[in-house]
Amino acid sequence: MLEEGQTLVQIRDLYFSRGSNDIFRGLSVDIPRGKVTTILGPSGTGKTTLLKMIGGQLKPNKGSIKVDGLDVGSLSRSQLYDLRKRMGMLFQSGALLTDLSVYENVAYPLREHTNLPESLISHLVLMRLHAVGLRGAKDLSPAELSGGMARRAALARALVFDPMMIMYDEPFTGQDPISMGVLLELIRTVNTALGLTSLMVSHDLQEAISISDYLVVISEGVVVEAGSPEQLKSSESAWIQQFLQGAPDGPVPFQAPAPDYETQLLGALQ
Amino acid sequence: MSGFLQRFGAYWLSILERLGRATLFLFQLLGALFSLAKRPSLLIKQLHASGVMTLSIVLVSGLFVGMVLALQAYNTLIDFGQEDRIGTLVALTLVRELGPVVTGLLFAGRAGSAMTAEIGLMKATEQLSGLEMMAVDPFKRIYAPRFLAGFIALPMLAAMFSAVGVLGGHLVGVEVLGIDANAYWSQMHNSVSFINDVCNGLIKGLVFGFVVSWISIFEGADCIPTSEGVSSATTRTVVHSSLAILSLDFLLTAVMF
Repeated sequence: MLEEGQTLVQIRDLYFSRGSNDIFRGLSVDIPRGKVTTILGPSGTGKTTLLKMIGGQLKPNKGSIKVDGLDVGSLSRSQLYDLRKRMGMLFQSGALLTDLSVYENVAYPLREHTNLPESLISHLVLMRLHAVGLRGAKDLSPAELSGGMARRAALARALVFDPMMIMYDEPFTGQDPISMGVLLELIRTVNTALGLTSLMVSHDLQEAISISDYLVVISEGVVVEAGSPEQLKSSESAWIQQFLQGAPDGPVPFQAPAPDYETQLLGALQ
Repeated sequence: MSGFLQRFGAYWLSILERLGRATLFLFQLLGALFSLAKRPSLLIKQLHASGVMTLSIVLVSGLFVGMVLALQAYNTLIDFGQEDRIGTLVALTLVRELGPVVTGLLFAGRAGSAMTAEIGLMKATEQLSGLEMMAVDPFKRIYAPRFLAGFIALPMLAAMFSAVGVLGGHLVGVEVLGIDANAYWSQMHNSVSFINDVCNGLIKGLVFGFVVSWISIFEGADCIPTSEGVSSATTRTVVHSSLAILSLDFLLTAVMF
């Protein structure tokens, strides 16, 4: 566990379930301030759910999530909205408003929460769009953007309010190598240049490892391992090694739980 | 037998749970209406989307319904030598019943289904979550303007439906079938009361506007965020709105007239 001042997000003893499916079973994790942290784990382990819980969109059944010292679960609606103004989130789909142009999408949070004059809004929006390489696409509608461009536009929108942290939900899924490279570069640069904290969930291992300072691996509702990429690579856990190498069989079996193969085949013959 | 009872119980429990969710949703929606005072432009945009864009289908339908009413009334009343009373029959039928009811049904099919599909797709494409994460309340920015627009637009559309219907009745009754124009208008003028008929018709429009907008927005916000989920939510909007309009119309008619 990290010291108090180094931690931006502190999750303790988190329990959450959907119907009869237990997603988190006592998850505890610290997200360090000012670093790029990636939460890794197999599909369906609740990585995106965890981001939604940090953003206060879902409430835990038990346990606490503190962001910058504030317990997200116990905040009033207006306090939660104040906290969200200091957080940015990049959704897998980009979540751009389809009835607004790229420029208007990026300007949207400014128009909603401030009374800035139009000239200042224009400056701020163009600066953010320039940073993600989309100044020339400002008049396009979201439907005219490629998947990678939509995510970059969404990143510009998430950054326009100068957040203290930004959360990325599977930013590399379905990206071609060039878009992937652009996004990797942007995530790293933005984190360093703006001095924010980046929290990413991903199952794209190599990409995540290449830009992360800190990795957290979760499986079956708990943290399996956490540490720097080097620490993880040298982990003695057979599960971690199988996950990092993408081996088809190991502690996570290739076969779904089933009766004995021979017995079942012979049983079918009889 | 116990399995059947379990399923039966679970079915009704799920309906009650949904009704409870819809009621809580309505309270939040009503609470968010005050925010529109600061942003009237949101309301105006939705009045255009659900009111103005529904106007053409309402006017055309109103014209034909009025024409059909006049024709049917003429064919029946002529046997009694009372064909001069067409104006009364057309106007009362339109203002009291068909104006608000048919407009409500058309509004549910045209604007209500569009509201559900739009909100459902916003949910499926994470736009609603995106708004929440930008500290923008969807109740204030998305739901409240659509709700109030529906509530205001439907009675106005119903009034226009009735007005055009009366003109349609005039077209068929006076211009085609040869009823005396003075008789058409004076009979109507003598028998239609502003308070009892026109105002009650408008109240029906307000009630239908309230219910259709509530159902449409709730179905969109509560849908399963997949293409199939949005599609069935849109269907439910039309079915539930239509049933609500017809059953509420009976209740309101029983109380009003």
